[in-house]
Amino acid sequence: MKKYLSFFRLRFTMGLQYRVAAWAGVFTQFFWGAMLILSFKAFYESDPSAFPMSFQATCSYFWLQQALLGLISVGAMDGEFFNVISSGDVSYELCRPVDVYGMWFSRSAASRLANALLRCVPALAVAFFIPAPYGLMAPPSLGTFLSFLLSLALALGVVTALCMIVYMITFHTISPRGVRLMAVGISDFLAGAIIPLPFFPEKLRWFLELLPFSAMENVPLRIYTGDLAGQEMVRLMLLQLFWIGALVLIGKLLEQKELKNVIVQGG
Amino acid sequence: MLKLYGKYFAIHLKSAMQFKGSFFATVIGSFLTSFTVFLGIFFMFQRFHAVAGFAYEEVLLCYGIMLMGFSVAQMFAAGFKAFDTMIANGEFDRVLCRPRNEIFQVLAYRVDFVRIGQLLQGIVMLVYGLLSCHVDWNFPRVFAVIFMIIGGSVLFSAIFLLDGAFAFFTLKGLEFMNVFSYGAIEHGKYPIGIYGKGMLAFCTFVVPYALIQYYPLLYVLGRSKNPVNIFLPLIACLFAAPCWLFWRFGVSRYKSTGS
Repeated sequence: MKKYLSFFRLRFTMGLQYRVAAWAGVFTQFFWGAMLILSFKAFYESDPSAFPMSFQATCSYFWLQQALLGLISVGAMDGEFFNVISSGDVSYELCRPVDVYGMWFSRSAASRLANALLRCVPALAVAFFIPAPYGLMAPPSLGTFLSFLLSLALALGVVTALCMIVYMITFHTISPRGVRLMAVGISDFLAGAIIPLPFFPEKLRWFLELLPFSAMENVPLRIYTGDLAGQEMVRLMLLQLFWIGALVLIGKLLEQKELKNVIVQGG
Repeated sequence: MLKLYGKYFAIHLKSAMQFKGSFFATVIGSFLTSFTVFLGIFFMFQRFHAVAGFAYEEVLLCYGIMLMGFSVAQMFAAGFKAFDTMIANGEFDRVLCRPRNEIFQVLAYRVDFVRIGQLLQGIVMLVYGLLSCHVDWNFPRVFAVIFMIIGGSVLFSAIFLLDGAFAFFTLKGLEFMNVFSYGAIEHGKYPIGIYGKGMLAFCTFVVPYALIQYYPLLYVLGRSKNPVNIFLPLIACLFAAPCWLFWRFGVSRYKSTGS
C-alpha cells in the first residue's frame, strides 16, 4: 500500500506544477458554465413550472461541474497512459515490481486531484460572488457539505476505476482515439454533463441513476445543493460504493487477461 | 492546384482505410459527441415545448445547419488543428521549401475523414427540420440556408486558421481557442438570441457566429422580412481576412524550432 501512496504523492506534486495550463482551463470552464446557465435560463423563462430542480440549484450544479471537471469527468482522462501503451514504453512499466493496476490507479487519481485543486479554487471563488440565483450558492448545512465531500471522494474512485477499464481495453486496440471518444461521449451524457439527470423523463432517470455514470457527477453535485438528501442520498452513496468495487473488479480481471499477451510496440 | 489536392485527398483516404477497425471506431466515437448533444436537445424538449419562442423542429434545423458547417471545417481544415505539431517536429520547414502556397499545403496535410458521422447527422437534422418546420419554401429562403452552411464552413475554418497561427508565437496550441470552435458548436445548437443581448452583440460584432446562424435563421423561419439577412453569412466570411493577415504575420516572423 505504501508504494501506491508514494506514486500518488509523486504524481500529485507533479500535477500541481502546470499552473499556466490551469489558468487557460479556468477561462474555458468559466465560459462553458456561463453559456450552460444562460441556455437553462432561457428554458426556465419559457416554462418555470417544468423545471425539476430550483433554478439556483441548477446554476450551482453547473458551476461545480465546471470547477470540478478535472476530478469527476471521464473526459479528463490522462493521455499519458495511452502514449505509454501505443509507444511501447509499457515494457518499462511492466518491469517494475509493482502491480500495473494499482500503480496506474493511484497515479491517475492523484493527477485528477491535483488538476482539480488547481482549477477549482479560482473558478469557485468567482462563481461564489456572482449574485443569486446565477452564482454558486452555499450548501444548506454543514452536514450537507460533509456528505458532498464524502460523495465526491467516492465519485473520484468510480471515475478512476472506469478510466482504468478504458486503459485496459486500449491494450487490446492499441489506437486509443476511437475507444476514448466513445467512452467520453457515452459517459458524459449518462453522467448528467450535458443535461443534469433530473431533466430526463422520470422512468429513464430512475434507470440512469443505477448506472455507474450517475455516481460520478449526478450524486455529489446534487447532494451539494440539497436537491438530493435523506434516504435517497444514502441509497445513491451506497450505490457509488458498489460501483467502485464492481469496476475495480472488472478492471483487474481485464488486466490479468490483457497482460498475459501484451504486444509491445517496437521502436 | 485542385488536381494536386485531389491526389493528397486520395492518399489520405487510402491511409485511413488501412486501419478500418480503428477508423470506424473513431467515426462512431466522434459521431457520439454530437449525437449526445442532439439527445440533450431531445430530452429538454420532452419537458419544455419551446425555448425563447423557438420550437423543437426549429432548434434542430438550426443545429443541423451549424453542425454541417462545423464538420466540413473540421474535416478539411484539420491541418490547422495539428499545426502546432507541424511546427514542433519541423514539418513546416519542409512546407516552406516547396514551391506551393503554404496554406494550401497545410490544408492538404490532413483530411479528417472521421467527421463524416457528424456531417451525416447534420444533414439528417437539416432535412428533418426542413420537412417539419412549416416554412413556406421559396428561392430566397433556400439560398439563405445554403449561404448559412457555406458561411459556417468558412467561419469555422477561419477560426481553425487563427488557432493554428497562434502556434507561430506560442509553439503550443492554446486551450482557450477551443471555446471558439468546440464551445461555439456545443452552444450554437440553440439560436444565439436565447443567450441574451450581450452574447448576441458579441457574436455579431466580435466573432460573427450570429451572422451565419441567428439572423438568417430568423429570415428562413419568417420572423424577419429583411432580405439583407440572406447575405449576412457571406459577410461573415470576411472574418477570414484578419485571420489570414495574422497568419501571414506569423509566417513572416517564423523561426524554426530546429528539430
